[in-house]
Amino acid sequence: MNSLIDVSAHRDAVEIADGVYWVGALDPTLRTFDIILSTANGTTYNAFLVKGSEGVAVIDTVKEEFADEFFARLESQVEYSEIKVIVLNHLEPDHTGALPELMRRAPQARLYISRRATSMLKALLKAGEDLKYTTVATGDHVELGDRRLSFLHTPFLHWPDTQCTYLEQEGILFSGDIFGCHYCDKRLFNDLVGDFRFSFDYYYAHIMRPFKEHVLNALKLIEPLKLTQVAPTHGPILRERPRRYVTHYRELSSPALGHGIGDQEKTLIVFYISAYGNTARMAEAVNEGASGVAGVRVSLYDLQGGEVEPFVNLIEEADALLFGSPTINGDAVKPVWDLLSSLAVVNLQGKLGGAFGSYGWSGEAIRLVEDRMRGLKMNIPHPGIRVKLIPTEEELDECRSFGQRIAENLVGLGGEKAVLDFADL
Amino acid sequence: MAKAKITFEDIEQTVNVPAGTRVIEVSEKVGAGIIYGCREGDCGTCMMHVTEGWNNLTEPSVLEEKVLKENMAGRHDRLACQAQIIGDCKVKPA
Ligand code: FES
Ligand SMILES: [Fe+2]
Ligand SMILES: [Fe+2]
Repeated sequence: MNSLIDVSAHRDAVEIADGVYWVGALDPTLRTFDIILSTANGTTYNAFLVKGSEGVAVIDTVKEEFADEFFARLESQVEYSEIKVIVLNHLEPDHTGALPELMRRAPQARLYISRRATSMLKALLKAGEDLKYTTVATGDHVELGDRRLSFLHTPFLHWPDTQCTYLEQEGILFSGDIFGCHYCDKRLFNDLVGDFRFSFDYYYAHIMRPFKEHVLNALKLIEPLKLTQVAPTHGPILRERPRRYVTHYRELSSPALGHGIGDQEKTLIVFYISAYGNTARMAEAVNEGASGVAGVRVSLYDLQGGEVEPFVNLIEEADALLFGSPTINGDAVKPVWDLLSSLAVVNLQGKLGGAFGSYGWSGEAIRLVEDRMRGLKMNIPHPGIRVKLIPTEEELDECRSFGQRIAENLVGLGGEKAVLDFADL
Repeated sequence: MAKAKITFEDIEQTVNVPAGTRVIEVSEKVGAGIIYGCREGDCGTCMMHVTEGWNNLTEPSVLEEKVLKENMAGRHDRLACQAQIIGDCKVKPA
């Protein structure tokens, strides 16, 4: 099949189906995206053109620096005056960089965005009330004469504004960042490009994973569709066995550690690190207290004995997380921060958290760890426990009761939560 | 200073706050489920539903009304980054 495709050699549109064209751009030299993502061979900004009997639709644009390439490809197929519809699946600048210029060249075109995109659009275009746009949601569509684009509301993949657009007759899904990856290959199609599996999974892990719930909601809309191609905004166009990628998303979004823990059971993990064994003894006491509560599966891990990645997987599935850290030089110790700073890729919202630890002169670690957990949108039901140097028997009892109370909160025991005072937060 | 009580129903947490506190300030500290985007009343991400004490929040500004409308807000929905607590109320993510 088209093994001679080389989109870097020309600036024409590439037909991906009858009357449907890729008009995107290659960015082979990019090495980091949005600061946090590495892109070993660059990325692509995919934009598309759909010709109908009564007008043309442009779906997404490209990053501003690549506008020339985008316009050249566009012009190879259509006149600006034919453009009736501009669909924006996602307003991030990598896809809307060429939008202001496109709107200048095709002022008659109407914008189609998701409802959540309105304020972003206005900010992006610095535009006032005269902007012509239509907000759409699942079930809405726009006609191009003989063709019809329908919309799927798929928020948070990757921003609140994201949506997918579906060309019904052909079964082509323009999926925005969903099913995308930062992978640049001039051969463009998944059956021709190099091995991009790593990039696909890496992209999922960093962009989609924190929003698994939203991925599952999106899949509910996508799975029933007839799919001949999935055309994301980055990376290869998935025309060979597109459904494989949909299935893969479902797998990736299902609990990684699904088995072994009963459905009704809650999991609580106690992580600790200890310099002189004091925080370790506290951890054991916390563990003991929590383990006494029926319906809660408790695990105890020494952070020095494990690596960040598997712990992140565990944490993603856990219901409560307790961290024990000594205070050294006024701070929690590095392995604790290494783990806590690797959690942006998972959703911790609403999980219960707590901290404890031993200290020499000052016990700042507890407060700092609690603040970080709050920053991760966790709920800290009880203030943490600090012990000066070696825990006494009494203090260990306090640790037991701390573990027990959190475990009880997990299973809905422990009665009404205490009313907090804003000044103490 | 006048005090008020706000309850986040999703996490069953009640907090005593000085009157005039914005919901966002409290909700983030206790880890309630309301999500924030712009934090300045523009994006509509932080929409919450007020289940009790609707009148115990400051009145929405014209701008907030507009954003609520654009985001298809229901009755008694507010932006948590804008609303200030002036009396007892209960809220949850919209
Ligand atoms: S966070 Fe954007 S409107 Fe409140
Ligand atoms: Fe994006
Ligand atoms: Fe993107």
